[in-house]
Amino acid sequence: MGNKQTIFTDEQLDAYQDCTFFTRKEILRLHGRYHELAPHLVPMDYTNDPDVKVPLALIVNMPELKENPFRNRIVESFSEDGKGNLSFNDFVDMFSVLSEMAPRELKAIYAFKIYDFNVDNYICKEDLEKTLNRLTKEELTPEEVILVCEKAIEEADLDGDNKLSFADFENMISRAPDFLSTFHIRI
Amino acid sequence: MPKKSDTARKLDDVGIEIDGDVESAEEDKKTKGRGAKKPAAGKRGKAAASEDGEDEDEDDEPPKGRRAANKKKAAQADEEDSDDDIPQRRCAGNRRRGKVRESGRDGENEKSGRKSRKGGNKKKDGKGKGKDKENDKDSDKDEKKKKNSSGDDSKSDEEEESMSEGEMAKLMEEVEEKKKLIANIRNKPWRMRRRLKVLKEAQQFVDKFEGALGKGKGRKLYAYKVMMMKVLMGLPYGSIPRKTVPRDEQATAMDYSVLMDFNGYCKYSVLFYGYYNNQRTIGLLKFRLPLSYLLVGIGTFGYSLMVVIRTMAKNADVGGGDGEDNEFTFAWKMFTSWDYLIGNAETADNKYASITTSFKESIVDEQENQKDENIHLRRFLRVLANFLITCTLGGSGYLIYFVVKRSQEFANMDNLSWYEKNELEIIMSLLGLVGPMLFETIAELEEYHPRIALKWQLGRIFALFLGNLYTFLLALFDEVNSKLEEEDSIKNASIWFVKEYYANYSANNPNDTGTPPPIDPADIIRGPCWETTVGIEFVKLTISDIQVTYLTILIGDFLRALIVRFLNYCWCWDLEAGWPSYGEFDISGNVLGLVFNQGMIWMGAFYAPGLLGINVLRLLTSMYYQCWAVMACNVPHERVFKASKSNNFYMGLLLLILFLSLLPVVYTIMSLPPSFDCGPFSGKERMFDVIMETIDLDLPAFMGTLFGYVANPGLIIPAVLLMVLAIYYLNSVSEAYKNANMELKKKMQMARDEEKNRRNNKDSTNQVMKDLEDLLPNRAHAPPENRAEKKHDQGGKSPKVKPGTAGGGVHLQKDVSLASANPSARGPVTRAPGPRGPGPLPGQPGPGRGQGPPPRRQ
Repeated sequence: MGNKQTIFTDEQLDAYQDCTFFTRKEILRLHGRYHELAPHLVPMDYTNDPDVKVPLALIVNMPELKENPFRNRIVESFSEDGKGNLSFNDFVDMFSVLSEMAPRELKAIYAFKIYDFNVDNYICKEDLEKTLNRLTKEELTPEEVILVCEKAIEEADLDGDNKLSFADFENMISRAPDFLSTFHIRI
Repeated sequence: MPKKSDTARKLDDVGIEIDGDVESAEEDKKTKGRGAKKPAAGKRGKAAASEDGEDEDEDDEPPKGRRAANKKKAAQADEEDSDDDIPQRRCAGNRRRGKVRESGRDGENEKSGRKSRKGGNKKKDGKGKGKDKENDKDSDKDEKKKKNSSGDDSKSDEEEESMSEGEMAKLMEEVEEKKKLIANIRNKPWRMRRRLKVLKEAQQFVDKFEGALGKGKGRKLYAYKVMMMKVLMGLPYGSIPRKTVPRDEQATAMDYSVLMDFNGYCKYSVLFYGYYNNQRTIGLLKFRLPLSYLLVGIGTFGYSLMVVIRTMAKNADVGGGDGEDNEFTFAWKMFTSWDYLIGNAETADNKYASITTSFKESIVDEQENQKDENIHLRRFLRVLANFLITCTLGGSGYLIYFVVKRSQEFANMDNLSWYEKNELEIIMSLLGLVGPMLFETIAELEEYHPRIALKWQLGRIFALFLGNLYTFLLALFDEVNSKLEEEDSIKNASIWFVKEYYANYSANNPNDTGTPPPIDPADIIRGPCWETTVGIEFVKLTISDIQVTYLTILIGDFLRALIVRFLNYCWCWDLEAGWPSYGEFDISGNVLGLVFNQGMIWMGAFYAPGLLGINVLRLLTSMYYQCWAVMACNVPHERVFKASKSNNFYMGLLLLILFLSLLPVVYTIMSLPPSFDCGPFSGKERMFDVIMETIDLDLPAFMGTLFGYVANPGLIIPAVLLMVLAIYYLNSVSEAYKNANMELKKKMQMARDEEKNRRNNKDSTNQVMKDLEDLLPNRAHAPPENRAEKKHDQGGKSPKVKPGTAGGGVHLQKDVSLASANPSARGPVTRAPGPRGPGPLPGQPGPGRGQGPPPRRQ
């Protein structure tokens, strides 16, 4: 593993510290985790910002994400190219947003992205059905699914367009008592 | 055990003779031991100033023994014995049992230690300054006498002696004395054996007490011992009657069956109230055991109350801040129910299952809202169910009362079978097992919503438990009262016995002015000690509860899981999916069990301090045991309820049971006289007299008068009044806040609905809304119309918002609020026409009704 100092320069670490909710130590540990995912791909030396991306398939196998029904969506929404390939920056960003320190508003934005399966900036019925099916492992009957989705939209939809815009979503999620405690990954 | 026969005799006149023997034997020994002092030995007592140190010690013993603990005497006698001849030992044997044995062993050790040291001292002795020193010694002796000879006590067994006030200074003096003695011992005209013994004792004494007083090596050890032995427990087992198994019980005291009933040695152990002594202060630190016993007992209740209420308040806070829970049921479930922290496959599976059931539950909720059934039948069924349950509760209460009465009869009989001995516990446990099942079956008649049904069920189980506990308690109070009556006669008998004993003693030894040796603590006549009885009942109840819980888990969960799992290979139907299936982990039932258990701790801890330890053990083991059972043989409960939602429900139950368990304890503290011969409050009129005593004796006088004022009814009644008024005031303030809160919520809701409407209008309902607005002034003043319109409105809108909706119930509510929102949201507008109202109003209804419907259909 050699000399820890050579992974990042001090400026890089400071910058990361400012941009995330992590400390230097945690950044270095994240790098370790990132490196572990694809040892042959990811260099130990990050001082010159290598352009490396780890594909989605490797990332969703992290123990932190493996059991999450939305793991693909999480990774996709944090990847810059939208396909699920994460650079180290994306990687850090992801865990920073999911960390305990991140504020509710920030979490809400990314949660919206995650649940927006078809990336049309609205959570529509289709998205809700997918969400529901992943949450219940498709144990509900189709009628039940439709009922639940309709109810959910009816509850949260402020503007009556039959789909949830971000404003609707934020309004709803900002009052959810459990959101902060459940939308949280410890690494 | 052979000594028992001796005791029996002792109770008669014979005993006196034996004691006489003891005395004479002691004298014999003295004379034998030191031939030179023979003449002096005859006249014992205070005049014997010329005797040497050890004689002095012996003289001092009896008074001391009388004053403090019998044990001391016995122990000292023991040490003397080591020097003495056999007859003496035989007689004294009765007195020192158990404990004394230790000191005997110590004595031997001492001897061997002494021998090595002796050599050095001896040489100096040879120089022969004998006579002068003897005088010195005598003066020493006198001093000692004045000091109640506490030095001797501590020398022989300081562990057992507890120090009284002012002992510190005395101790210092004694330590100095002992040092002097050590320095001069070579000059004493004693036999070497005796000199060595005295030296050894003196050295030990100095070591120990110097440590206690701040220097020397024994300090830490001493401090520890003081803390553990003296401060916490007072005198050890066997020192005084309340801490000793009575003679006629001693044969069986160690039997397993007796111990399982918490009789025998258990009954006279630290576990129970009776063990604690009523000595006011213990040890150097002046630990006031009775006072702290009372304060801890009451303080626990105070602290528990505070904690429970604080937690409830906090929960209420959290719950209140979030607004209505119903607003986003499905959306929240959809977006926040998955816990992103889950990283374990099994946990994830459980989570999927629980999310699915929670969705299903909500769906059922929804459908239930729409359901509309034969309300009369349902009402009838509910009344019937409640009637049945009341009958069950009453029946179980009566059954317990009956059993308790029967057990009191049994208590006077011998040759009881195991069942008869444990009938009460068995019945109570069985009721606890069968009752809930019965309730569940009956509750199916009611067809409540599952969540409400669960609360009913829990409430009923709670009532069952509580009813059982209280019946049990009432029956117990009957017993206590009979024991209290019985106690009076025993008290007289006990006093009479002691008096008789001393009278006989002095009659048989007319020339002995000293005090007779104290009676063996095992022989004194005891009262029934109702507190310990109550404590034993609670401990037994707890133990049987533990047994039943563990057995239920073992059979109901583990065995069932085994059968279901392995017989499934060769069975006609699917056992896992079908009838027996795996046990569910019943969270609510288990929480209720904890609550109930806590109640028993609160109630019983005052009478059986050891109950706390038992329960700590129980909770620790049951945590791991149940954890294993849950992981290995249970499946998640079919209905999952948000713990946070019912938190205050459980806390409410806890508060209720805390209050209910507080009642009997406070009642006994305030109004029942404590037993006369056991427990920290013996000899007091009432338990709380301890506080008065402390105020009188330990606090400065002005504090006493201060408390006198505070306790004055003239002050208390106004204070209570003030508190009531304060409660009333705070209550109305919170009511006002609640109303304001509701108003604000309503406003928010309106704002939201209005926004919704406005956007809806943009699409296609413009016309409708306009019409509605036109109608507004009328609506404000003509409620009947309003209703009609609302209905129309709903009919018109629902197809737009959600085609094919199945959840009409919630929808309907929404629309109602939507419709009613408009008039108030437009408050300023509607109000403005208000004054004008009377004019247009009469004419309006017609057009209003006429205009409304057509545009909506457009």
